[in-house]
Amino acid sequence: MSAVERIPILKIGDVLLASIQVDLQDRDVLALQEDLAEKITATGAHGVVLDISAVDIVDSFIGRMFATIASTSRLFDAHTVVVGMRPAVAITLVELGLTLGEVRTALDLEKGLAILAELGERAPR
Amino acid sequence: MTIETGRPDNLAELLRAGAPALSARWVELVAAPLRGRVSAPELERELTELYAAVLAGVESGSRDVQAAPYAETRALLSDLSRRRARAGFTPTETAIGVFALKQALFELVDRAEVDGSLGDVAAFSLLLDNLGLLTFETYAKAREEVIDEQAEQLLELTTPVVKLWDGVLAVPLVGTLDSARTQVVMEKLLEALVSTGAAHAIIDITGVLAVDTQVAQHLLKTVMAARLMGAECTISGIRPHIAQTIVGLGIEFGDITTKASLADALRHALRRSGVDVVAAQRGR
Amino acid sequence: MSAPREDIPIGADEDVVRVRQIVRSFAQRAKLSLVDQTKLVTATSELARNTLTYGGGGTAVVELLGEGRRQGVRASFQDEGPGIPDLTLALTDGWTSGRGMGLGLSGARRLVDEFDLDSEVGRGTTVTVVKWSR
Repeated sequence: MSAVERIPILKIGDVLLASIQVDLQDRDVLALQEDLAEKITATGAHGVVLDISAVDIVDSFIGRMFATIASTSRLFDAHTVVVGMRPAVAITLVELGLTLGEVRTALDLEKGLAILAELGERAPR
Repeated sequence: MTIETGRPDNLAELLRAGAPALSARWVELVAAPLRGRVSAPELERELTELYAAVLAGVESGSRDVQAAPYAETRALLSDLSRRRARAGFTPTETAIGVFALKQALFELVDRAEVDGSLGDVAAFSLLLDNLGLLTFETYAKAREEVIDEQAEQLLELTTPVVKLWDGVLAVPLVGTLDSARTQVVMEKLLEALVSTGAAHAIIDITGVLAVDTQVAQHLLKTVMAARLMGAECTISGIRPHIAQTIVGLGIEFGDITTKASLADALRHALRRSGVDVVAAQRGR
Repeated sequence: MSAPREDIPIGADEDVVRVRQIVRSFAQRAKLSLVDQTKLVTATSELARNTLTYGGGGTAVVELLGEGRRQGVRASFQDEGPGIPDLTLALTDGWTSGRGMGLGLSGARRLVDEFDLDSEVGRGTTVTVVKWSR
């Protein structure tokens, strides 16, 4: 058994950024879910950006992770944005019949951060 | 295909002995119908190479053109027929390249310039027939490739993705939409969203005459895929009878934004990106 | 000449990733478009996970197909698990007996050109999919 691949989570301002660069095994996916939940509570971050521009396949398991991360983050008053989805991945997800629930999406990191900033302003704390 | 005459022949010797005369006559016979469309030195080089390869194959003792000793011959022949097919030569002009060698040998044997038995000639004839068939196959395949490429180019040409404004892309579709073309549009548009970073896309179908279920589904999927990527996609210019078709087919356009015209769609996209278009005040 | 083929045992999480990678390389060899590659890899990822989760492990066989001018990839997933009692139900969107979203089988079927499901209760399940180049 190979070791669990821990995806590094960076903190930029009050946003957490996880950039997925490897072909994810199911347990890496679960590990990322846990790590993000922990990090959100520890840092009080108000946004999560999942950068999947390097990901060439998203199946229903990985897709469900996005939805789970989004709903978990909501419990801690944080929004989740998935950025950089490739066209081939998007077309495949549509065909697969997968919807991402309350996950917001953006073309790139910059637009993703803009969405989070806007959501933060709309709901002042 | 296996061609075995059963008894040993003198073909190898015949081809070796007759080499200079045979290949010279061969070049002559092939050159005539091509009327200078292949240069003489080029043709000579091609055929000399081919002759050497055929001779090597024959010398191996095998008469089966699919066997290993003929690998070189097969490679040269497919190359040659592919080049001819791409350059627009007819099948006849291509096949003559092989069959003319037969005629060259017949002539030589007939004039008793070389010593060949009926068995030798028959064996060689069979061999060349099979090589001829191979030529046809490669020729046909190459032509099909050309057709495919042209179809693809046509597809590319008829589906331009244009930039209407900063952050707003559009694909004006014209003519008949089939499933394949719609798929190409879908992929091109989504790729363009990534490469330009545009967050709005408009698919304008004012020029589209008809849509069927599949095409309508593809359009819907494009909009949904764009949304998954974080972009908004509007469909504009749906003609009344197409709208009726869509409703009649029971296809749900759901919460997809549709606009009557490309102008409306552009205005919508601009407003969404925070740009307001107002008439300038004149005459101050 | 035997057709290129690879047998991949599926017994752990990382085998699902291996299936994805091998199917991807076969899809590239068959000259599938990028979108079709992605569809096939996604479908096989779902099926490999099914083999692992519901079938208790098994084998994936990936083969390159050639038929006239078009090429394709066939992937077959075989397990000796409990089998599927109701095939129609299993192929319905949203139906799941496990941890997925219930899109595994029905979703995979929409992503490929040919789909074949063969299952016998108590004996196991074999799912075969094919994707052709255009």
